[in-house]
Amino acid sequence: MRGHSFAYYPGCSGLGTSMEYDSSTRAVCKALFVELHDVPDWSCCGSSPAHTVDHVLSAALSARNLAKVESTGRETVITPCPSCLTNLRTAGHRMEKPEFRARVNSLLDTPCKGDVQAKSVLQILFEDVGLEMIAASVQKPLKGLKVAPYYGCIMNRPPEIMQFDDHENPMAMDRILAALGAEVVPFPLKVECCGASYGVARKDVVARLSSRLLDTAVSLGADVMATACPLCQMNLDLRQEQASQHSGRAYSMPVLYFTQLMGMALGVAEAELGFDKLCVSPARAFEAMAASTVANKQTERGSRV
Amino acid sequence: MDGVNMSASFDADFVAQVQAASEQNLALCYQCGNCTAGCPYTFAYDIPVNQIMRLVQAGQKHKTLTCKSLWLCATCESCTTRCPNDIDVARIMDVLRHMARCEGHAPERAVKVFWDSFLESVRKHGRVFEAGLLAKYVARTGRVWTDFDLAPRIIPKGKLALKPHPVKGLQEMEKIFKRFEEQGGCL
Repeated sequence: MRGHSFAYYPGCSGLGTSMEYDSSTRAVCKALFVELHDVPDWSCCGSSPAHTVDHVLSAALSARNLAKVESTGRETVITPCPSCLTNLRTAGHRMEKPEFRARVNSLLDTPCKGDVQAKSVLQILFEDVGLEMIAASVQKPLKGLKVAPYYGCIMNRPPEIMQFDDHENPMAMDRILAALGAEVVPFPLKVECCGASYGVARKDVVARLSSRLLDTAVSLGADVMATACPLCQMNLDLRQEQASQHSGRAYSMPVLYFTQLMGMALGVAEAELGFDKLCVSPARAFEAMAASTVANKQTERGSRV
Repeated sequence: MDGVNMSASFDADFVAQVQAASEQNLALCYQCGNCTAGCPYTFAYDIPVNQIMRLVQAGQKHKTLTCKSLWLCATCESCTTRCPNDIDVARIMDVLRHMARCEGHAPERAVKVFWDSFLESVRKHGRVFEAGLLAKYVARTGRVWTDFDLAPRIIPKGKLALKPHPVKGLQEMEKIFKRFEEQGGCL
């Protein structure tokens, strides 16, 4: 079977607070014959703080990495993190203007041409690997698991830069989860901001915005939420108790990376999926899913007899 | 919002600077309010984003650059995506905070300290060292109890590395920041 091959940019949080996103991404890609080649000596893209300080500085921090990809001869780099993605793509987009590119390169040791494309892991799984291949690779369908898919604010916005899926109602993750056999609830706050990086300096802001997302997932009867962003996952999972204190409603909503759910359905070894790294354990939701699968099978058998 | 004497404090240079740095035509904003309607942070802002757009059109430099909103915008791109006149509003917010920073305004100090500590971590290690960043933030703000409740939730997970993961090209990283400063950039 012909596989795919991409340069891979893990992003800083992949070494720490989102290590289970990184490991599950690598495992899922391997299971689907997607080869990942880590960007040599990759550095931080600057995340939000850099672009709030200066656009040339921010682009230079991304461009150092894009130049590293260029040096390997690869045309596309993929990253699981939407914040890294938006920085890499915005830098590439602005460097199409020679004057801006020259200013960026004046900060760098190795100049960047700016012709490398950055895409999200979600995008290549959806567009390059495809739903058919994903569905055909499922070993343990997520039957009976009600999932609320949450994309976060910048995976698809602004559309001129991100060029992927619908900016108000993205469906890529919904359709992947459905291909895995999950019951996907139509989540109306898919692209609403969770409070981003204000957790430390203004946790009141994050508690308010995240509790709205959790409330909505609860009201839709979701067993778990699926995310595609390390910061969203942290705000909704690690800070879930702070959100509960804010709203006065005690949440216990597991918040998983969509790649963890994919790995589970594809039969990847649990050690690589890092469910034990989550603050709110998904064990109960998984047990309920297994129980409903057994019950369904019994009903099927019963009806056959 | 306080009253503003528009004609006395109109600053044409400010308008021109924001337009040039953001590459946006400010005159296109006709105050439909879509940006504010979609902005998840309006509840925390002292001035909503459409009013910031109006203040910039009116050349009200001081009022604009001293507002808290600039330090609370998360660049979620809702305003930019929904603007009917294709104005990149989030980019204008970015440009305004660049200017506020250079002029020494930062009414949400904790946010600025967090961002600064983050970038210093990138400059020093090449990648963000999360535990070190938090330690620096706490030392600078004196907010010892910030997120103290999270410690027992995250530490047993083994996700917070106790040592940085430095890049090999540390000098390259330092040079990016140094050249930026030499070219007159404000950190």
